[in-house]
Amino acid sequence: MKTAELDVMSQKERLDAIPERKVRPAEERFRNPVGKYKVWRSTACRMCGRCVEICPHGVHVKPEGYRRFLPPRDDLCRGFRCREMKRFCPDHCPQGALRVELSPIYESLGDCRWTADLILSTWRMAETGQLPDGDLEYKAGSSGGGFDRIRFRFPEAAPPTGCDEISTAIELNRRKDDERPRMRIDIPVYGGGMSFGSVSPITMLARARACAAWNTFTCTGEGGYPERLVPFKDYVITQVATGLFGVREDTIRRARIVEFKYAQGAKPGLGGHLLGDKVTPAVAEMRETVAGSSLFSPFPFHSVYSVEDHKKHIDWIKQVNPAALIAVKVSTPVDVDMVAVGSYFAGAHIIHLDGSYGGTGAAPDIAKKNIAMPIEYAIPRVHAFLMSEGIRDEITLVASGGIRTAYDAAKAIALGADGVVIGTTELVALGCIHCGNCESGRGCARGIATTDEELVQKMNLGWATQRLINLFNAWHIQFVGILRNFGMTSIAELRGRTDLLIHLDYEGQPQT
Amino acid sequence: MPKRYHIPTRAAPPRFRRIGKFGIVDRREDCSACHSCVKRECVYDCYSDEDNRLRKIGGYADYLYECKSCLCCVQSCTKGLLSRKVNPEFQALGDDFWTPDIISTTWYQAETGKIPVSGAGYGGPFVGPGFDEMWTDMSEIVRPTRDGIHGREYISTSVDIGRKFPRLSFDTKGELTGTSQPLVEIPVPVIFDVTPGRTENFEFPASVGVAAASAAHRLGILSIVRPADLSDSFEPFADAIVPIFDEECHPEKRWLERARMAEVPDGEDVVEKIAAIKKLNSSLVVAVRRRFNRRSAERVLQLAESGVEVIHLYADCAGREWEECSPRHISRVTREVHLALVEARIRDEVTLIASGGIALAEHMAKEIICGADLVAIDMPVPVALECRVCGSCRRRIACPVELDTIDLGYATQRIMNLIGAWRSQLIEVLGAMGMREVRRLRGEVGRAMFFEDLERESFGPIFGRRKSEVLARTPGGNMM
Repeated sequence: MKTAELDVMSQKERLDAIPERKVRPAEERFRNPVGKYKVWRSTACRMCGRCVEICPHGVHVKPEGYRRFLPPRDDLCRGFRCREMKRFCPDHCPQGALRVELSPIYESLGDCRWTADLILSTWRMAETGQLPDGDLEYKAGSSGGGFDRIRFRFPEAAPPTGCDEISTAIELNRRKDDERPRMRIDIPVYGGGMSFGSVSPITMLARARACAAWNTFTCTGEGGYPERLVPFKDYVITQVATGLFGVREDTIRRARIVEFKYAQGAKPGLGGHLLGDKVTPAVAEMRETVAGSSLFSPFPFHSVYSVEDHKKHIDWIKQVNPAALIAVKVSTPVDVDMVAVGSYFAGAHIIHLDGSYGGTGAAPDIAKKNIAMPIEYAIPRVHAFLMSEGIRDEITLVASGGIRTAYDAAKAIALGADGVVIGTTELVALGCIHCGNCESGRGCARGIATTDEELVQKMNLGWATQRLINLFNAWHIQFVGILRNFGMTSIAELRGRTDLLIHLDYEGQPQT
Repeated sequence: MPKRYHIPTRAAPPRFRRIGKFGIVDRREDCSACHSCVKRECVYDCYSDEDNRLRKIGGYADYLYECKSCLCCVQSCTKGLLSRKVNPEFQALGDDFWTPDIISTTWYQAETGKIPVSGAGYGGPFVGPGFDEMWTDMSEIVRPTRDGIHGREYISTSVDIGRKFPRLSFDTKGELTGTSQPLVEIPVPVIFDVTPGRTENFEFPASVGVAAASAAHRLGILSIVRPADLSDSFEPFADAIVPIFDEECHPEKRWLERARMAEVPDGEDVVEKIAAIKKLNSSLVVAVRRRFNRRSAERVLQLAESGVEVIHLYADCAGREWEECSPRHISRVTREVHLALVEARIRDEVTLIASGGIALAEHMAKEIICGADLVAIDMPVPVALECRVCGSCRRRIACPVELDTIDLGYATQRIMNLIGAWRSQLIEVLGAMGMREVRRLRGEVGRAMFFEDLERESFGPIFGRRKSEVLARTPGGNMM
């Protein structure tokens, strides 16, 4: 066999294998990384190299044998904080040739839910696998409500845990009346549904590989998944939505978790819609449809008009695959607590609440903003109702829709969820800048949510996988840190501990 | 199959250059002319017809209007010369209520007639004043007994304007008593109000009013016009015109003959005035027009009980009632008025039109949930015609978008596009709720969730009492 063929073979094997859960640097894939600060070097510079000595972060680079500097690495600059350490380069430049200011790109980045700080800090975490240093606010946004006004009430001194090992694993099958397999995931996070067609195959594969590395799940959304994902089938949730695209006996049989999607937070009650442009021949084949024609998954399931009908649905999947767990994804209407209890009695293992402010794909602006309640309100309601019904420990409650950071996830767990589902954060880790133009022209210009052959090439699979592995690592560090501060040894202990939370707009005394 | 109502939307590109949110700033002096940005990076081809752009007025400045802000050229420039900035012209648009984002989404809808769609979740504040303190509900599992099963095309957005009898009544001979009252049915729960006048920082040219009347005529809805503004240009659209009977100026007879509805300002002898107008044309629906204020509920009840068929309440441009001291938002006052009528068991007999501060399709849906039968809109009409809410007209400075020269056909299409997009959005909201018609949405606060209630129910047991100073700042407080 020729060397080239061997290379292809070995690369194929590597791609099929589950990657190591190991942090490796995965730097920004664009030539000019974006930072919070912009460093300007004027022509007054005499190339003395004082800045290289003074900068602890490697912003100024003058390689051996070079006469001039490389352009400053803005993304590494920590800005005015250096002044505290007396290492602020403009203060030390003998020629006064350096200037540091807030980057104009930083000022134009993000919105109040996904602030520029959150985007940049997620990029840093995906790059390094560690917490971002410097002055990036990586815990909360500035939307003025919900998670952004909730804080943990950490004790002044962390109580001793008596145990070095802190577990962030959660159990997915908690039903006692059920012989189906017990499943644990190593972090209380799994990936939300993003379908083949709406995101690029590389995004899809990278998510599956990273989730396999972290022993958790990703979801392919509606429409099945390509052959390349089959080696990771044990880490892929298969979705059944109203269009029933990609739902076949074999796809249901190979899944360990099958998710019924009743509604999604970004467009509750509106159903799914894949634009004709995104229905490429590959997508059409998978969905058994015609290339180029728009595909609708109308709301609602017209075979489900009651909890009894819902049970019939679940029984159908349980019959086809006797080993699968059933997840039910619903949005957050005013009676979300009733829906959750209904799902439990219908036989579901996981109830997945998708709040209104999240969502990754394109959705009508009116729906994203106005329909259904934000997830922060839904979690404590459902948790309390499941408790009062005496079934809280029989079902796994996961929340999504606006979970941006590890702190959001931990707050959701403290409010009563067992774990969370993320989507947008993974895309941000891959370089999404929240421009919102997922559907315009050829799709995502950054090659993340597109099926355009040329744009897909903008991202490399190995890099994308590593970015996500790194992100999960950084989140894991934060979960462990939070648990250690509370003297807990398992994330399961944090669930429903609302006493550990404070809301900045409240006086702090629970109602009696 | 019965004919379904349809709004024919058609692309109507802006006459003046768009004001985009972001711009790419180009520091040319050090450019090495590698053309990476031109040839490779911009997937939207913004740079590729650079030559053509340079020949046109505007030149590079056009980048500010076309850029989709993906950062690809900025991050890939071989010399790092490009940067992105929020367009200062965009930030300067509008005012506190008519924010740049609302103006820009209205322009988009008027241009395309489509529902604004974007990816990456909702990016705005968690909660805001007025309509932003409520969410609409949806039905998770649709229950046929409650919600019906229906496609979008079967959802009705029609509403009736006029007095409705609670029951039939008969005389001793068994004959139906009472004369039949006129009723106007319109296919969308929105009509056009008079455009804000000089008192509110604007003075739009006559062309805007004519365009509104023309669009109302095509849409099958109504447009309210001051008698002083009525001219021959309105003649072809007379059936869509709602003339106002001002104290000093009454509309000519020719308008009354063809109109379906008229408005009369509230006053002591308003009931007699209505009777007098009905003598001129008995098929006219006559609405009483009055401001939203603290007395609204009480006065509306009096009017309804004295037989008034339609009451049009209007707030200021930002949706505040006309009170000097801590004015409430239109949504709150409407709920109060609606509930007063419900308690007096007279709600179904009268029609309530609300206006002022309705800027987005969601405001229309939410105002109906709060208790209005339909809404009237003022500012969205000029904004659909590219108005920049700059107030130049009030200051007698030339309008930057030359509203006085706008072509009537083009303007009509822009307004129809906007209403088409609004109607589609209303249908989305109704569909999510599992509702078949907008008549059922009126006053249905059960299909909405309010910030105060959600905070109290979900967070109250956990966090206790909301701080009072926060209450005053946030929507639940007195600010709006």
